[in-house]
Amino acid sequence: MKFRVNDEWRELDASPTKSLLDVLRDDLFLTGTKRGCDSGECGACTVIMNGKAVNACLVLATELDGSEITTIEGLGRSVDKLHPLQKAFIEKGAVQCGFCTPGIIMTAKAFLDMNPKPTEEEVRDAISGNLCRCTGYSKIVNAILAGAEEVGRLKH
Amino acid sequence: MVMARPLELQYSEPSTLKEAFSILAKVEGAKILAGGTDVIVSMREGKIAPAHIVNIKRISGLDKIGPSTGGGLRIGALATIGAVETSALVRNAFPMVAEAAHQIGSLPVRNRATVGGNLCNSSPSADMAPPLIALGAVAKIAGPKGRRSVNLEEFFTGPGKTVLSKVEILTEIHIPDPPRNSFGAFLKHGPRQCMDIATVNAAVMVTLKGKVCENARVVLGAVAPVPMRAKRAEAEIRGKPIEDEIIRKVGEIAAKECVPISDVRGSADYRREVVNVLVRRLFGKALGAKLAK
Repeated sequence: MKFRVNDEWRELDASPTKSLLDVLRDDLFLTGTKRGCDSGECGACTVIMNGKAVNACLVLATELDGSEITTIEGLGRSVDKLHPLQKAFIEKGAVQCGFCTPGIIMTAKAFLDMNPKPTEEEVRDAISGNLCRCTGYSKIVNAILAGAEEVGRLKH
Repeated sequence: MVMARPLELQYSEPSTLKEAFSILAKVEGAKILAGGTDVIVSMREGKIAPAHIVNIKRISGLDKIGPSTGGGLRIGALATIGAVETSALVRNAFPMVAEAAHQIGSLPVRNRATVGGNLCNSSPSADMAPPLIALGAVAKIAGPKGRRSVNLEEFFTGPGKTVLSKVEILTEIHIPDPPRNSFGAFLKHGPRQCMDIATVNAAVMVTLKGKVCENARVVLGAVAPVPMRAKRAEAEIRGKPIEDEIIRKVGEIAAKECVPISDVRGSADYRREVVNVLVRRLFGKALGAKLAK
C-alpha cells in the first residue's frame, strides 16, 4: 500500500485493525497528531486527507492506498517557516496545554481553504468538533480569524 | 487501537457492486464499511466484532448527487454528509435536507460519514431520516438478484435494523419533485448546538392550496424505535386552513402519538413535550421555506 504523507511517498503493509492515527504515530513517528478519544468526538487527531479534514482515528489504514495526507508536521516545516495559522496561534496566545492545537489548526486549514473569509460564527461552527479542555476558545477563534486575514494578505 | 475481534480480521475492497455481492454472499460475519464513523467506533468499543470488513467506497458512481431522469434529485448512498450539506442542488431544492446534514457530527466527521451510512445504521435519531421521509424519498437497493425500491419510511425495521438482506446494498436515495406549492423544514433539539445526537428531531412537508393545507407529512425522530410519521397529526390538519389554533392541536396530537423512551438524553415525558414544541415551530418555519421544483 502506497500513500503520500506531507509530500513524501510512504509504503507499508496495512492491517484493517489499524487506523490512520496508529500508522502516523506508531509507524511513521509523526506524533504531532494527537490521540484523544479515539472515537471521532474530540478532533485531536484531525489531519487533511485528499484536501479534506478528517479524524485520523476513523480512517482504517487499509483505506489509505493512493491517498494524500497532510499532518501538522507538513504545515510549517520549521520554526522559521511556520504557516500563518501557526504564527497567529502563538501571537494570539491561543495555545495553553497544546494538546488540541494540531487538530484545531488542521481543521482550520482545511476550512479556510474552502471558506477564506469566514465570519466568527462560521469559525466557531467549523471547530465545533475540536474540544479544548483548557477551554480557551475565544483566543483560538481570534487566532483563526487572524490567520485567515494573513493567508488572504499573502495571496495578494 | 484495541479492537474486540476474531483472530484474523479480513478486509476487502470491491470495485464493483457485483464483486461486493459475491463477497457478501460467501463470507460469514461480513460488515459493510462506508464512511466508518459508526462502524469503526462500534468495533473499537467492542459492540460489533465482524470477521470481514467490506469497504464499498471504491465502487464508483455511488457518491453522485444530481438531477434524476424523470424528475427529482438522486443522492448516491456514498455521498458524504458534507457533500450533501454543501451541494448547491440540495441547498436550492431541499434546504431542509442540507440543514439536517449540517447538524450531523463535526466538519471532519461529515467529510467521511455518508448518507447511506446514516440511514443503514438505522439509529432512531438518524438526522437524515426525517427530512427525507417528509419529502417522500425512496431507497434504491441493489442485490445479486436485481434492484428494488422501498419507500424510505418503510426502510427501517428497528434500532440498527433495516429491510436490507445480508447481500443487499443501499445504492441511492431518490427525492421526488415536491407537489406544487409545497413547503418544508427540519429541526433538531439537543443539549449542544453542534456535535450532538438528537434528543428529538423532526421534519414537515406541507402542501397548500390557497390557505388550506392540502397535505402534510409530519416525521419524528428519536421518539420511537424507528423514525415515524405522525399520521394522526397529519390527518388533523389536512383540508384545514393553517392557523395557530390548529397548529397547536397538531403539536399536541403528535406528542401523544409518538412512543419515546427515557434515556440519558431525556425522559419520555420531556421528549413528548419537545415534540409538541418542535412540530409547532416546524409549521411556522416551513411556511417561510417554499420548496423549489
